[in-house]
Amino acid sequence: MNTTDPILRLENLCVAIGNKTIIDEINLTLDRGEIVSLIGPNGAGKTTLVRAILGLIKPSSGHIKKRAELRIGYMPQRLHLEKTIPLTVQRFLKMTKNSCQDEITAVLKKVGAGHTAKRPMQGVSGGELQRILLARALLRKPHLLVLDEPAQGVDINGQAELYRLISTLRDELNCAILMVSHDLHLVMSSTDRVICMNHHICCSGHPEDVSNDPAYQELFGAEAAEGLALYSHHHNHSHDPEGNVIHSKETCSHG
Amino acid sequence: MADFLWRALLAGLGVALVAGPLGSFVVWRRMSYFGDTLAHSALLGIALGVALDANLNFAVIISCTLLACLLVALQQHKIISTDTLLGILAHSSLSLGLIAISLLEVRIDLLSYLFGDLLTVNGQELLWIYIGVVIILSLLLACWRPLLAITVNEDMAQAEGYPVLWVRLLLMLLIAIVIAVAMKIVGVLLITALMVIPAATARRLTNSPESMAVLSSLVGACAVVIGLFSSLQWDTPTGPSIVVGATALFLLVYALPLKGRQEIK
Repeated sequence: MNTTDPILRLENLCVAIGNKTIIDEINLTLDRGEIVSLIGPNGAGKTTLVRAILGLIKPSSGHIKKRAELRIGYMPQRLHLEKTIPLTVQRFLKMTKNSCQDEITAVLKKVGAGHTAKRPMQGVSGGELQRILLARALLRKPHLLVLDEPAQGVDINGQAELYRLISTLRDELNCAILMVSHDLHLVMSSTDRVICMNHHICCSGHPEDVSNDPAYQELFGAEAAEGLALYSHHHNHSHDPEGNVIHSKETCSHG
Repeated sequence: MADFLWRALLAGLGVALVAGPLGSFVVWRRMSYFGDTLAHSALLGIALGVALDANLNFAVIISCTLLACLLVALQQHKIISTDTLLGILAHSSLSLGLIAISLLEVRIDLLSYLFGDLLTVNGQELLWIYIGVVIILSLLLACWRPLLAITVNEDMAQAEGYPVLWVRLLLMLLIAIVIAVAMKIVGVLLITALMVIPAATARRLTNSPESMAVLSSLVGACAVVIGLFSSLQWDTPTGPSIVVGATALFLLVYALPLKGRQEIK
């Protein structure tokens, strides 16, 4: 396959859990070296979409086309670890297939968690845990890095630093990055394309274009301008009957 | 030392050897109730085995294996949580077993079923136990990394390309077989204890999954030795004595102050 082909393409992807449609007719392509941020309110289906891409849940209809031999590095939203399992950070990272000690040390240092190597996994802070999870995803030498709320539990200074790190990773690894976030302000500065979703894609485009768009102001309100991570998503959508791709800057009618 | 004592000792040590690492998984995955469920389903296996005039050990292994498969299949649906599923399976299979016993008019020595009888292990059974030990330990060694990966986090393991469903099934089957075999040794009521207590004891002294698995085996082996000899000394039932031995070790380890070790709060 040609390297200019998208590494991932979603075609009319739908995921229903029970009778509830969580993901509704999503079309999306991801190119090599591109950072795409997925934003949306709680319960919008962001994590479900990620889980479908990872193959953790089956789509009810539509297609997920991945480039052959696509290696995905996944950083889950949270990691619950039983206290009964004795596991140092180093040992946790060794669980990735084909990882060696030198790589582990180097990657831990890169994400700024070098000092945690010999500590038990249950003894690290929330922010340190996020860095360790990122390190594990990086050890896969991924073509696609999927980050589900990477900055969760990280302090404000650390967040900016973490997003800067993520941007540099893209250049170093030449991988695509798909990240889920509530941290609108921070995401804006370190992303190529923003996709706002609430079950379906509401709007998408380059962050500058989207943020200058009146529809964006309506979507995210004044809080976004102040750089707050919170926003309310209180518009009603009328669906495109064919479920077509919603183009850049185009938003659904908001009521 | 009498022959039957040697056999009892070797059988107990064999079970302790595999119960160590598997018990660690049971503790890590919070599945201690799984043991009880399997043990209950064994009664059904025994009843049917007697009725069909089949090898009882074999019948128990089959019924435990089927139950483990059923559990994994039901877990896939994620409609009911695992502990509820276990509750349903445990008690319905126990009831079915009891009904089968009464309908088939099978005579079963319930006391030996409940507590086992290590002292009656014969040479052939000993051979079976060690064949099982070799198979289980080699499977554990071969699949250690995927087993550990799915125990820590199934989603990450799946994203990294581990065949999560198959690995989980393998783990369930290994535990099922050990429980089926160990039933003869310590009895239904005490199998879970022999898996969980040594693992919990080893947890306090170790800082890697591998060392915990190995130390669990050693603790289990010590418990077997203590239990067997105290049962000889004071004429107490063997199975319960082994479990009391394990509990004594557990209490001892947790009562000891640990030096130079960072504890997880």
